[in-house]
Amino acid sequence: MGKTIWESLQEKGYNRRQFLQLCGMAAAVAGLDRTAAAQVAAAFEKKEKPAVLWMHFQECTCCSESFIRASHPIVADALLDVLSLNYSETLMAPSGFQAEKSLKDTMEKNKGKYIVLVEGAVPTEHNGVYCMIGGKTAQSILQEVAKDAAAIVAWGSCASNGCVQAAKPNPTGATPIHKLVDKPVINVPGCPPIADVMMSVVTHLLVLGQTPALDSLGRPREFYGRRVHDTCYRRPNYDAGLFVESFDDENARKGYCLYKVGCRGPVTYNACSVVKWNEGTSYPVQSGHGCIGCSEEGFWDNGPFYQHLNAFPGFGIESTADTIGTAVGLTTLAGVAAHAVVTNIRKHKVIAEVHAEEQKES
Amino acid sequence: MARIVVDPVTRIEGHLRIEAVVENGVITDAFSAGTMIRGLEKILIGRDPRDAWAITERVCGVCTTVHALASVRAVEDALGIAVPPTAELVRNIMLTTQYVQDHVIHFYHLHALDWVDIINALKADPKKTADLAQSFSRYDRNTAAHFAEVQNKIEAFAASGLGIFANGYWGHPAYKLPPEANLLAVAHYLDALEWQKEIVKIHAVFGGKNPHPNYLVGGVPCSIDADEVAAINSERLNLVSSLITQANEFVNEVYIPDLLAVASFYKDWAKYGGGLKNYLAYGEFPTKGYGHTESFRFARGAVMGRDLSTVHPVNPRDAQEIKEYIAHSWYAYEGGDATGMHPWAGETKIAYTGPQPPFETLAGYDKYSFLKTPRWKENPMEVGPLARLLVSYAAGHNDVKELVGMVLGRLNVPVEALFSTLGRTAARGIDAALAMVWLKDFFGQLMERVKTREVSTFNNEKWDPKTWPAECEGVGLVEAPRGALAHWIRIKDGKIDNYQLVVPTTWNGSPRDARSQRSAFEESLIGTPVAHIDRPVEILRTVHSFDPCLACAVHLYDPQGRHLHQVSFE
Repeated sequence: MGKTIWESLQEKGYNRRQFLQLCGMAAAVAGLDRTAAAQVAAAFEKKEKPAVLWMHFQECTCCSESFIRASHPIVADALLDVLSLNYSETLMAPSGFQAEKSLKDTMEKNKGKYIVLVEGAVPTEHNGVYCMIGGKTAQSILQEVAKDAAAIVAWGSCASNGCVQAAKPNPTGATPIHKLVDKPVINVPGCPPIADVMMSVVTHLLVLGQTPALDSLGRPREFYGRRVHDTCYRRPNYDAGLFVESFDDENARKGYCLYKVGCRGPVTYNACSVVKWNEGTSYPVQSGHGCIGCSEEGFWDNGPFYQHLNAFPGFGIESTADTIGTAVGLTTLAGVAAHAVVTNIRKHKVIAEVHAEEQKES
Repeated sequence: MARIVVDPVTRIEGHLRIEAVVENGVITDAFSAGTMIRGLEKILIGRDPRDAWAITERVCGVCTTVHALASVRAVEDALGIAVPPTAELVRNIMLTTQYVQDHVIHFYHLHALDWVDIINALKADPKKTADLAQSFSRYDRNTAAHFAEVQNKIEAFAASGLGIFANGYWGHPAYKLPPEANLLAVAHYLDALEWQKEIVKIHAVFGGKNPHPNYLVGGVPCSIDADEVAAINSERLNLVSSLITQANEFVNEVYIPDLLAVASFYKDWAKYGGGLKNYLAYGEFPTKGYGHTESFRFARGAVMGRDLSTVHPVNPRDAQEIKEYIAHSWYAYEGGDATGMHPWAGETKIAYTGPQPPFETLAGYDKYSFLKTPRWKENPMEVGPLARLLVSYAAGHNDVKELVGMVLGRLNVPVEALFSTLGRTAARGIDAALAMVWLKDFFGQLMERVKTREVSTFNNEKWDPKTWPAECEGVGLVEAPRGALAHWIRIKDGKIDNYQLVVPTTWNGSPRDARSQRSAFEESLIGTPVAHIDRPVEILRTVHSFDPCLACAVHLYDPQGRHLHQVSFE
């Protein structure tokens, strides 16, 4: 018990130089400048593997499934080397009494130092009987684990926003975590969140011992500071007015913008079009379906999904982008400005190509 | 007599509680309780039927895609939409991929620790482990160096507190593997964890992401065009092809050999866990359209009383065949607790009558679960890989018969060995091997269509709600990795009027019915030995052999959309 990460690495034959290189890589994973490597090294040397509890409430386990899809680091290495996952109903060996013992032991031995990761919403109707584990309500278990936690992360839209069970009429009173605990909660929304985003949030917390910078909704800015639309590779088509009219039409095959078939990219803050999914393999728009906005609060009630956005409750698409962009803050605005330059270059190119194509056809 | 409570049952999806009565070291009665409910069917009412796939997909993130597929099939059935053959191939590729990924995850990450003693692996000789592994597999990581590295990792891990492996049942007398087999399994546990993130990239290619890839009523959302950079083109297809090759190696050189090796030490588990004698399968993998069940790779039907000479036809539209009961569930029916309701005519009111939490036991409560109890012609039925293999075996599907015969031969056990905990686990491996063969086949057919440019992926004739009848109803069946899954939908004036799901774990994990007939989990636990009542690893073996998925199983439905605001709490 009680080895630092540096000590365990020494046992594996790492020398000091390799250790510092690894810290540089960890800093890069956490989205930091390489100069932060020294800081990371200090964190690694001081800390034991931090104790982590992964709670499951009203959920579908897609967040756990997404987490194990992480590619850098892969989850096996994270579980063995980076953190000590002492409770996860999906993966842990013991059940019943012994599982509860793992939970209790961790809370006692790591009072004030353990991290709680929550997957799922908590039903509050009828004294909480709509989710019970070991004869206790999710509500009471949440309070118990949150009490002495060093940090709480709400995984996915269920824990951050309530997600599907909280969609109208929310029959069980499904409630997001931040409304139930009197501590700050890091919200990592999405249904599920992207694997490497999840891993990076964990790394940011555990390796740096710091909370990532959050926006006003408690979301890490590094992944939720930009709209899917801002960095979408199909954006130039939107700007040029080139749209898919129906799935698998000629325009769909050319990869035109999916706005008219309901894409929620313009009002969805997430990293899908940058980090992409499954080790950068694709993201919904790239595979021909509009974004359904799964990281936004109340997205299930902002449908139907195939109705395009100018019928979106509240505002038209351009004002949406501007209003929301401003609300999020100056950093985002600067990002948008930088992005606009790039967009214009791409837009001119696409317009020129389309123009040439039209001339060829006529 | 002792009553053992196992809650939470871990290494499953969702929240399951098992209470078992043990007399003289053997289970004599068991109670299976689902303890979480979300109310998704109520949420579906009044929404656009074309959105239902996305909502129902969120029923489960472990068997992701299967509810989306059941949903688009139900809507297409209601509206009379035929899906283009290329879209059907893509759907088959998605589902076979899901079978393979899901079964491998189940074997290594959800089930293996019931049979594999991780701590005992520390006593293994890595060289002997490599010799053992190489005797039945060509997998290139089966080297002494790799096994030694894994052993070192686990040793360091044990010293630092064991994380997810802490408080396991290590050293329990029910663990029978020699140290080398334990080390082999632990190494492949880690390899499988690394590999599973690869195969699901197939979902990301066609559906944009995994978990929860995108589906579409009328086809699939991706376009295929070998001459376009933004469509599914040669580069994308090459990626899929290489992922299939890699998956094929993992299934045939790692999963299946490990399964046979582990099973050979646990042949006594062919005596336990048989449970019910009736098996139900909806069949799967249409090759000539979803309506042509005779062209399915897995047959549809029921096997009764383990009689493999007859396959009984199953009709999901017949109000007399599939019914759900609530005699022991936390619901109320207007017609009383003895009534059974077909999903198209059901009603639901949640009525929790269990103890106020915190509580120690559900003993003494008539009603003890949020799962309803489905029956086929009043019979409890087992569903899942074993059920579908038996139905296809009985229906004379040769590819199924050959593979089943091969596995039974390798283990040197008779066909009756299938009716057991071990049989269920072996059946899942056979199922994965079949899915792997068919995945390759479906991809080959897709490539042929790309060559001939027959690549339409979407039928838009009935996309516009203006083309829909004022009222219609449909049913979508999927043979999901965990078994028979069905969605029933009623559409009125372009909106969902009624939506119901009856899912595999509801069949298997439900409480007993009005006639006190137990469902599969409960029945299969009867007769299981329990060596230490405070460390009941034997219960986990049998329950895990079904691969429970509780988020799927617990739901409520409300056909008229008018009961749930009266939710009662007594």
